[in-house]
Amino acid sequence: MASRSDGRPRSRLVLAAVSRPALARGARLRFDDTRRCWIMLAPEKVLTPSASAVAVLRLCDGRVTIAGIAGILAEEFDAPQGAILVDILPVLQDLADKGYITA
Amino acid sequence: MTAVPAPIGLLAELTHRCPLQCPYCSNPIALEPPRAELSTTQWLDVLDQAAGLGICQVHLSGGEPTVRRDLEQLVASAARLGLYSNLITSGFGVKRERLAALASAGLDHVQISIQDATARSGDRIAGASGAHARKVELAGFAQELGLALTINAPVHRQNIDHLEDIIEFALALGARRLEVANVQYYGWALKNRATLLPTRDQVASSVIVVEQARERFKGVLNIDYVAPDYYASRPKACMGGWGRGVINVTPSGKALPCHAAETIPSLSFENVTLRPLREIWTNSQSFNAFRGTGWMREPCRTCELREVDWGGCRCQAMAITGDAANTDPMCAKSPRHGEIALTVAAAVDKPPPDLVPRRPLAGRGRS
Repeated sequence: MASRSDGRPRSRLVLAAVSRPALARGARLRFDDTRRCWIMLAPEKVLTPSASAVAVLRLCDGRVTIAGIAGILAEEFDAPQGAILVDILPVLQDLADKGYITA
Repeated sequence: MTAVPAPIGLLAELTHRCPLQCPYCSNPIALEPPRAELSTTQWLDVLDQAAGLGICQVHLSGGEPTVRRDLEQLVASAARLGLYSNLITSGFGVKRERLAALASAGLDHVQISIQDATARSGDRIAGASGAHARKVELAGFAQELGLALTINAPVHRQNIDHLEDIIEFALALGARRLEVANVQYYGWALKNRATLLPTRDQVASSVIVVEQARERFKGVLNIDYVAPDYYASRPKACMGGWGRGVINVTPSGKALPCHAAETIPSLSFENVTLRPLREIWTNSQSFNAFRGTGWMREPCRTCELREVDWGGCRCQAMAITGDAANTDPMCAKSPRHGEIALTVAAAVDKPPPDLVPRRPLAGRGRS
C-alpha cells in the first residue's frame, strides 16, 4: 500500500451511488469562448468532454450524490434514473482514477 | 494555408537563472542574462494576449521561475484570465509562505522535478548539494496546502535502474501524477549523451516497471512515460506538431515554436514586445516554417503517419542530419536511421565518461 509523507495510507477512491463527487484540486471545467465548447483543464491536459459528460460534471459540486445526479439527469432527459446511474458511474470512476474527481 | 487553430499552451520561461546544474538541462547552451528578462508589465501583457488567443494553460517555467519576485502577480493574472497555471519548479529555495501565497493567488498545479530517489545521487546529478532535501520539503508544503502535485523524474543511464524507488518516492511525496521522462538529447544533454543514454536492457526493464506500477497504483498514482526515441522506430510527435498547440516565450520575450528552435539557423524569431502574439502565432516565418505537412520531403511527404508524428522533431533532424527539413532520424524510414543505432552502440559499449554539469549563468545568485 502506498503511504503518504504523514504515514497514512493512500488508497484508490472507489465511487458508489452515495458518493458526493466534486472536481479535485488541479482540475477545472469551464466554457471556452475561443473553441465554443466546454473544456476540462487538468495537469498537462486539456480535455473536451462530451455533452453528456459535461452535464454530469456540472453537477459535481460535492453536495449531490451520484444517485442524485442521475435523478436530476433522469428528469431532464426523461430517462430511467437507474440506467443513467449505470452509465455515469464508470465515467466518474475513470475521472477519479485520473485524479480529477474527489468525493 | 487554412485558418490556424488556436494554441493550447504557453510555456513561459520566466528566467534562465537556476540553482541547479543538471547535465541534461533543456535550456539553450547560451542562456539569456537577467538584465534581458521581460518586466512584470510585459509578462502580464503576454498573459493577457495569450488568453485572448485562446490559450488554456500557462506553464511557468525557467530556469527556476520562483526567482522572479513577481510570480504571485503573474499567477493571479492567469487566474483572472481563466488560464490554468502550472508551476514547474526545481523546488529550490521556495519557502512555505511563498507557496501559500502562490496557492492563494490561484495556482492550479505544481510540478517538482527530482533527479533520483536518494539525496546522494539526486544532489550529484543536480550538481547542487541540499537540492534533494528541499524538494522533499516543498512537496510536503504542496501537500499541506492541498495543491495538485506532479513529480517529474528525468531518467537516463545513471538513474533509470532506480525507477522502482523513484516511483515509491513520488508516492511518499504525495504526488498524484508522475512523469518518467527519458532525457531528450538536445543542447546540454547532447554533450552528455554518451554518459546519459540508457542501454536497451535498461529501457526494456523500465517499461516493465512502469506497466507494473500503473497496475499496482491504479487510481493512486498516474504515471506518464516518455520513451527514449533513440530506441524507437517511429519518431515522437514533437510538440504535438510544429505550431499546432504551443508557444514558448523565452525570458527576453522571443516567441519560439519549441524551446530548442533557436538551434535551427534558417529561422528568425520575433519578440512579443514588438509584435502581437496572435500575429506571431499566425503569420511569422518561424511558426509557419514547419507547420502542417507542406514543408515535408520524402519519406515524410507520402507517409501515412505524417499527421500522426508530424515528421518527428525538427531540432533533432537539424542536430543530427544538419537539415531541419529532413525526416527525424529516429524514424526507421529515415535514410540516416542507421547512425542512431551506431551512436547508441558506441555510447553504451564503454564505461560512461564523467557528467559535464550545466554551466550556469555568470554572476548567478542575484535573486
